[in-house]
Amino acid sequence: MSMNGHLLEANSIAKYYGNIVALKDISTHVNAGEVTCILGDNGAGKSSFIKILSGVHRPDGGRLLVDGEEVQFNSPRDARAKGIATVYQDLAMVPLMSVWRNFFLGAEPRKGLGPVGWLDAATAKRICREELHEMGIDIRDPDQPVGTLSGGERQSVAIARAVYFGARVLILDEPTSALGVKQAGVVLKYTLQARDRGVAVIFITHNPHHAYPVGDRFLILNRGRSVGMFDKSQIDLEELVRQMAGGSELAELQHELAALRTDAS
Amino acid sequence: MAETTTAPAPDERLVHVGPLTRILTRPDIGALVGALAIFFVFSYFARSVDWLTDPGITAGWTDQAAQFGIVAVPVALLMIGGEFDLSAGAMVGSSGLLLGYLTVFRDLNIWPAIAIVIVFGLAVGFVNGVVVIWTKLPSFIVTLATFFVLQGVNAALTLNLTGTTAIQEIDKASGFDAARTVFATEITKYDFKVKVLWWIGLTIVGAWLLAKSRFGNWIYSAGGEPVAARNIGVPVARTKIALFMMTSGTAALMGIITALELRSIQAKEGIGNEFLYIICAVVGGCLLTGGYGSVIGTFFGAAMLGMVQLGIIYAEWDSNWTYTFQGAILFAAVLLNTVIRSRAQRAR
Repeated sequence: MSMNGHLLEANSIAKYYGNIVALKDISTHVNAGEVTCILGDNGAGKSSFIKILSGVHRPDGGRLLVDGEEVQFNSPRDARAKGIATVYQDLAMVPLMSVWRNFFLGAEPRKGLGPVGWLDAATAKRICREELHEMGIDIRDPDQPVGTLSGGERQSVAIARAVYFGARVLILDEPTSALGVKQAGVVLKYTLQARDRGVAVIFITHNPHHAYPVGDRFLILNRGRSVGMFDKSQIDLEELVRQMAGGSELAELQHELAALRTDAS
Repeated sequence: MAETTTAPAPDERLVHVGPLTRILTRPDIGALVGALAIFFVFSYFARSVDWLTDPGITAGWTDQAAQFGIVAVPVALLMIGGEFDLSAGAMVGSSGLLLGYLTVFRDLNIWPAIAIVIVFGLAVGFVNGVVVIWTKLPSFIVTLATFFVLQGVNAALTLNLTGTTAIQEIDKASGFDAARTVFATEITKYDFKVKVLWWIGLTIVGAWLLAKSRFGNWIYSAGGEPVAARNIGVPVARTKIALFMMTSGTAALMGIITALELRSIQAKEGIGNEFLYIICAVVGGCLLTGGYGSVIGTFFGAAMLGMVQLGIIYAEWDSNWTYTFQGAILFAAVLLNTVIRSRAQRAR
């Protein structure tokens, strides 16, 4: 890792869709072995922001830096080449394909000569099983279709895959939002496993209760603006929830609800 | 396979799956069972001939089956890749007519003519593929349009050139006999067609591609979840274009085989067969929505259609019943495959 810069840094990022300001002046960073959480309600600009980090969109303003050097991503492939891998919520896996085929999709191990090389299925299955086992993911059979796995298991396999293929930065797009309590816990566990293996994790969520236990740093977005970035030592869960809900707005809402209750009785 | 790596303790979630269920989880098993059933049904109804053991009879229905089965191989791969090609039938006619035109009207030697026809086939497939990718229109619509365009061209140009609706006397072309030996001759005294070997060969190549090559992995993913596949780095567009080119290229091969076998070619050749290719693929376990299917199953699907075509004749029924049979087979196969698939996934 370079001495003079973060592994991934976003500096005053802006994004416009026509005359709509989707993002303005957003900055954050992440280092190896850290988790930066990006929090915000629906429409806060979370997905626009990660699409810029993962190379799907180009920013209309601001700079992206990897290892302290400015980079331009023209496609997700460019981002991947810099070691930035993104695991999307619903679109991480092909359900009808087996676990091992999914694990190696797009980077299949081959043996034989050049263009007539064939898939090295035995090696693929062995590595798949070993890697998942390493992450503590206990799948039953690498031949089973991914569609038969639970949502949490799918996310976990996608995380293991990204880590195996050398991701230095792992962007997790709402990995827990469609999951039950227990499944979400499983995914959080593997997120920490990835962090402990030296991966820098960017964790996108609208749930502060999922973010707080795993995060080292919290960036809160609201309507495309940064509400603030806090280190864990600067903020507790209660304050995080309050900030996320828009602080005074929530207090006002509570007041209104209380008033309604009084009216009803 | 190394089953010994860091074997965790037996998992209580891992229900023991018996060998029978394991076999039933294969997408091609329904087609195999169906083919066997049809075979034995006709051994009863076509008992006026020696259906079971006469090699001449077998040569007859395998000839018919190869007629559909050759093009059904890439059609199945294309369907697994999430797309359709309704122009494949008309392409057989276009390619045969082009071969006839080049040899009869341009006095070209048969071999360069064959090369040109194959390139033509690949080019039509390329256009189909690129249009589908660029316009993002359903391939069902795009290739339906190609089908009608080709059908019109086949009829109009043939009539314009020859004054009739067919190109005759292709066998006068130089090199014809050698080419016929490779593509359309009879082997053995029972009149087995060399076409059948093409069918078997292409099935093996297709099945190998699907199961054992990285391209096969890309086909599954392009049909199963194209966005996820693209996110992870699979060249989905290139995969689909390649599949369209394989389909049209193979249809061109079938046109060459037909022209060489019949020594002439009709403007209407191949039209209607596009649905039979799709029936083969669906009977073989291919999902209409893509992402799942089998080339081996498609082989059995083609065998079934071949047996029906000939069996009905030997059973001395009105051959119009063939269509009814084909429809019934399609329906029964889809029903059976659906049941098998849902059972299989529960068994997992």
